[in-house]
Amino acid sequence: MIVVEQVTRHYDREPVLHAVELRLAAAGLTAIIGPNGAGKSTLLSLIAGLDQPDGGQIFLDGRPLAAYTRRELATSLTMLRQRQAFNARLRVRELVLFGRYPHHQGRPGAADYAKLDEVMTYMHVTEVADRFFDQLSGGQQQRVLIAMALAQDTPYLLLDEPLNNLDIPNAVAMMKLLRRFVEDLGKRIVIVIHDVNFASCYSDEVIALKDGRVAFQGNPADLMVPKMLESIYGMPMPVQVIDDKPVSFYYLS
Amino acid sequence: MGSTLKAGIVAGLLLGGLSIVSLSIGVADLASLDLLWASRLPRTLALVLTGMSLAVAGMIMQMIVQNRFVEPATTGTLECAALGMLGVLVWNPEASVFTRMTVATIAALAGTLLYLQLIRRIRWESTVIVPLVGMVYAGIAGAVAGFIAFQEDLLQTLYVWMQGDFSAILRGRYELLWMVLPVSILAYWSADRFTLIGLGRETSETLGIPYRWIVTWGLILISVISASTLVTAGLIPFVGLLVPNLVSLVMGDNLRRALPWVALSGALLLLLCDIVGRLITFPYEVPVGTVTGLVGSAGFLVLLAKRHARG
Amino acid sequence: MHAAEAGTFPGPGHRLLLAWLAVAGACSLFLFHDTGPALDFVLRFRGNKLWALVLVAAAVASATLVFQTISHNRILTPEIVGFDALYIFLQTLLVFCLGGTGFSLIAPELKWLMEVILMLGVVLFLGRVFLTGRTSLHLLVLGGIIVGIFFRSASSLMQRLINPSDFVVLQDSYFASFNQVNSELLAVSTVIVLLATGCIFLLRNELDVLLLGRETSLGLGIRHATRTRQLLLLVTVLISISTALVGPITFLGLIVVHLAYRVTGSHAHRYVIPMAIAIGILFLVGGQALLERVFNLETQLSFIVEFIGGIFFIWLLLRGSRR
Repeated sequence: MIVVEQVTRHYDREPVLHAVELRLAAAGLTAIIGPNGAGKSTLLSLIAGLDQPDGGQIFLDGRPLAAYTRRELATSLTMLRQRQAFNARLRVRELVLFGRYPHHQGRPGAADYAKLDEVMTYMHVTEVADRFFDQLSGGQQQRVLIAMALAQDTPYLLLDEPLNNLDIPNAVAMMKLLRRFVEDLGKRIVIVIHDVNFASCYSDEVIALKDGRVAFQGNPADLMVPKMLESIYGMPMPVQVIDDKPVSFYYLS
Repeated sequence: MGSTLKAGIVAGLLLGGLSIVSLSIGVADLASLDLLWASRLPRTLALVLTGMSLAVAGMIMQMIVQNRFVEPATTGTLECAALGMLGVLVWNPEASVFTRMTVATIAALAGTLLYLQLIRRIRWESTVIVPLVGMVYAGIAGAVAGFIAFQEDLLQTLYVWMQGDFSAILRGRYELLWMVLPVSILAYWSADRFTLIGLGRETSETLGIPYRWIVTWGLILISVISASTLVTAGLIPFVGLLVPNLVSLVMGDNLRRALPWVALSGALLLLLCDIVGRLITFPYEVPVGTVTGLVGSAGFLVLLAKRHARG
Repeated sequence: MHAAEAGTFPGPGHRLLLAWLAVAGACSLFLFHDTGPALDFVLRFRGNKLWALVLVAAAVASATLVFQTISHNRILTPEIVGFDALYIFLQTLLVFCLGGTGFSLIAPELKWLMEVILMLGVVLFLGRVFLTGRTSLHLLVLGGIIVGIFFRSASSLMQRLINPSDFVVLQDSYFASFNQVNSELLAVSTVIVLLATGCIFLLRNELDVLLLGRETSLGLGIRHATRTRQLLLLVTVLISISTALVGPITFLGLIVVHLAYRVTGSHAHRYVIPMAIAIGILFLVGGQALLERVFNLETQLSFIVEFIGGIFFIWLLLRGSRR
């Protein structure tokens, strides 16, 4: 469980997060939604320990983040950015094996290679194992990066806008994959996502941020109410129930 | 694995062959062993050590900056080291080689840290802006050095430093250069960490790497290499830029695998350039810095054009 | 834009007048301050130097301004993309091919002409690459710097290859600096700089249109390709003059033209061209006077120009990135 306590963050004196108070990722898939500039990505970076809050504290499994060493943190959670361009030229197998770095510290053993094979098979990237990462297509690159994150074998997985730059079939496949991680591998996943309908259909819990404050936390069903959505996005958003899932048909409003 | 071994043997033989050629070039014939011990062998060893370590330093620099177009001569590192040496010479001309070396290392480190601060503040997407700022920055450091040297009547000394040349290497005057050997081994020991910082701060931190510490550690290694090669042989441009690029094309950037090849190829390139420089106007010679400048800038242009063609 | 231009006082015309008054003041100070007893000799010596500085300032300022206009940017200068290195390379090449004696037999004007023609060939060839507007600006600048290094390395390699007596010829004829102005070219340089800047000034209105970009100027009926080539020719001639007189100075044009745009408060070439020349003269004459008389420094002005110019260049890049 991740507990965010009174967390504040400023950039150049502009407040981005105001005393955010949250408990999240107790289980399953948590989606963070909200308009641009609400502080979603900042919050995710803070949870990942990639950025330090100006005030307040974040607890991971009961221990403050500041008390973790980098290596301990790297065995507990990992984060995936929407698009990672590497200048370094690495082969796929080498890159995914670097995902095991927190465990092997440069001296990979049999267990690391076993895990490597397992995640590469799981993500269907075995056939490109000896190609350079920068020669792959965008979709392949993303699968490799996810394989790398899986190789890290952390209970928590954070993803910042994983659906950006994906077409519709790939976006759906990605969300289904994340569901499988939750059900098959028992991962606790936090994603930042723009599309409320994806959040409604695939997540167990939704957090809505607006202007650096928590505007909503709870079940997707409770979020998907016209009044609630309008208060978050500032425009009328009608909701319909299709196949038991509430979705918002906002395209014409 | 077998092909790697074969390539290794070929490269080793090449290095041996070039070393023998390098040993055999000179005006005097090699009848007396004294000459070999006092001048030829030190020169060849110095070339191997310098080429190897400069290429390694360039590779680490490219990982730290996450840019393919940098090396110690295009980031102000070597120029700042020269500035430090000049400072020692002005304030205390009697200072020992060790003092000069230490001050040069510290100056190189400080100068490179300042450069990193500068490029952090640039948020262009363009990859060429980073070496561009570096070269102008190096030019500024060079202008300061030129100004001081002119005032203190040391312009000729500065010119000697800025012109990489191995003709003055003799036994007893190059031993400091051996320092780069343990430094290169230390670099290999940290190879995985350097590969990871080459993937960026966020990726390396999510993998449990203390990013800032590793960057600082890399800069220290680079500074020691820059200062020791500058003190003994002078400024040699482009070896650190060209070699890592070429090796990376074939081997990729996994430093655990690539770094030995970078070191070997660096030594080969510098030996070759020196041989060319000694043969082209025999019995006179052209400083190796001029030859690498020519070969390196041409190679750099090809790399730029390739990058441009890829868009 | 226009309203702001009209509303500010003093307007561009007044500012130009003030700048040229300052130039007149600086030049007379340079000539007559503390002359000592040997008035005639001192005046002739200083006059030569002053005239060379004025010529260099005019050449560099107008060449840079035109170059920036036709390449649509504010940070490239002909020197940054390696024009001066190319010039020195070609000079070395000539000595290399003709030999020292053969080289010194040719009249300096003729030599210069040969060099300029060679240079034009190279520039027009390279110009096809960098004036298409498709190449990224930064790539161009970096490429230019590297080309410069390549030419410099090639020059110094050839200088090693020619025999020492030829090298002396080479050194005498063009390793000029601000302290050692190459005065045998003064007369011909004067004529050429006057002609070239005159041509540029005549084209001032077309330059304003060219500033709007290739497509707009084509749309407004300018023969873009031809004009660009003609202007590039003028730039080449001017830079070769300046390099022949005082050697390479990388960042002078960058500073001068940037300041000229700032001070003028207008983009109209009819104001910016004379303003850039005035600022260039103030910069060089003032800098040289300060160094020689006030600080009593025997240093070379080029170190100072390089130092300030380099910092300025990085500042421009950093500032540009915030936009």
